Amino acid sequence: MTSAATAQEDRSAAIAAAAASIPRGERFVDFDGVWLAYDPTLLARGEFAVEDISLSTRPGEFIAIVGPSGCGKSTFMKLATGLKMPSRGNIRIGGQAVSGPLKIVGMAFQAPTLLPWRTTLDNVLLPLEIVEPYRSQFRAKREEFAERARRLLSTVGLQGYEDKFPWQLSGGMQQRASICRALIHEPRMLLLDEPFGALDAFTREELWNVLRDLWSEQRFNVILVTHDLREAVYLADTVYVMSKRPGRLVERRQIEELWNVLRDLWSEQRFNVILVTHDLREAVYLADTVYVMSKRPGRLVERRQIDLPRPRDLEITYTPQFTDIVHELRARIGAIRKT
Amino acid sequence: MNSSATLKFAPLILLVAIIALWQAICTFFNVSEFIFPSPVQIVYALFDLWGAIMGHAWRTFWTTMVGFGISIAVGVVLGFIIGSSRFAYAAMYPLMTAFNALPKAAFVPILVVWFGIGIGPAILTAFLISFFPIMVNIATGLATLEPELEDVLRVLGARRLDVLIKVGLPRTMPYFFASLKVAITLAFVGTTVSEMSASNEGIGYLLISAGSAMKMPLAFAGLLVVAIMAMAMYEFFSYIERHTTAWAHRGQGGQ
Repeated sequence: MTSAATAQEDRSAAIAAAAASIPRGERFVDFDGVWLAYDPTLLARGEFAVEDISLSTRPGEFIAIVGPSGCGKSTFMKLATGLKMPSRGNIRIGGQAVSGPLKIVGMAFQAPTLLPWRTTLDNVLLPLEIVEPYRSQFRAKREEFAERARRLLSTVGLQGYEDKFPWQLSGGMQQRASICRALIHEPRMLLLDEPFGALDAFTREELWNVLRDLWSEQRFNVILVTHDLREAVYLADTVYVMSKRPGRLVERRQIEELWNVLRDLWSEQRFNVILVTHDLREAVYLADTVYVMSKRPGRLVERRQIDLPRPRDLEITYTPQFTDIVHELRARIGAIRKT
Repeated sequence: MNSSATLKFAPLILLVAIIALWQAICTFFNVSEFIFPSPVQIVYALFDLWGAIMGHAWRTFWTTMVGFGISIAVGVVLGFIIGSSRFAYAAMYPLMTAFNALPKAAFVPILVVWFGIGIGPAILTAFLISFFPIMVNIATGLATLEPELEDVLRVLGARRLDVLIKVGLPRTMPYFFASLKVAITLAFVGTTVSEMSASNEGIGYLLISAGSAMKMPLAFAGLLVVAIMAMAMYEFFSYIERHTTAWAHRGQGGQ
């Protein structure tokens, strides 16, 4: 075995240790030593598509997996949704062992794959025609579901396009509709497989923000698979790096670690800091006082003293006091957005 | 000479030119009507025996429609089975292809023994010759379902039948209507071939009896009637195809 290979195995082991650091009961996605070979002959030869994947996420976490093409990212997606069973190891999602395709998951791919004979609205409603409990109520509650779909479409900026056909929409608009379709049945986890890969740079950045806003509002788990490092670092809380085939996780970074860089600089030199951010957790973690500004014309509508003890560690972001403050502020912001 | 109106009327212009040339050759070289009748003679025979010809035409038409109806039903069902099950596909497709290679005219004597002279063999020959394209197109449409689409639905817990019905069948519609255009012309062939050897009515019978009595204009008139019926049905299905599956033909417009 080459030294590079053993180094990779050590990294995987380190990441597995980090995965184990989240208490078992608090894990939403839980991969434990997962290996996958595509068929029995490959398994017998020891040729795996992914090797020794161990990671865990908290509920509502946004993780990204970055890696070169063909490294096994899509295989990881299939494992996470229950479309493929692992050759070795265990997978638990939402506390349940995965034994088949899950219903609490929404998926979107690089190609929007909207059905061309249905309008955009009907495309977004498709999951509700299939997943229980919505399926049996579909006829009765069709109007209500259509309303929900319309609201979702307007959140992503597609109001007015509900009755258009997919071929009348641009690629970026189709991808937005595809994301709405993935969210219509209120899944607890959203899996995105290079969703913005086929779009131009401007549309891509616009959709990053659309996704970020949707996620901040609804806080489902997101697993974003991408080859774009900027996208991963911009959107995710934690970024994993996968090696080339056979895919192993070789790197794990929590973006929140960047907060600590700022925190340490400040505690050393104690300059005044005014931090403008849309990220509530970032604000509550770092600041002494948080102000909330209304939408245009901007007024300061809330002032909250953060009396969490210092020095603060990332661990504090998981304590009830922290999450209470964040929820309070989020509710206040939600109320402002509705006015 | 390149305006779109000219292009639209181009087939008509060509047809008129050919008929005119044909008439000119027949008149100029005084071609005998027993060998190669002129357009004028054909039209004359058509109107002269209009009643009889229409009677035969109607017989051919409705027997073809019945046979065609059966082939739609059988084609769709078999196509669905073959397209949705890998086992059925592997088992049935080669046999079906071999069956399709058999000349259906060769079946007519066998059908006569089983069903007697007349509409039985005609309907069945039309069916046997025309169900294959329908079956193949439906099977292809179902078997070529994109895996991503299937994944999106499976992740929601959709059963295979859900995927086939909600996605596979609508996706197959363009292929289906395209196959109808092909199948209907084949169905007319089947009926006519059967009538030629095993019937006392229908255009096939008319062709044989006119031929043996050396009434060439009448034979040509019969051919003309069959051609018009087949073309009309082709155009009819073409129209339905354009109006129900517009989503599949938008390559020139949207995006």
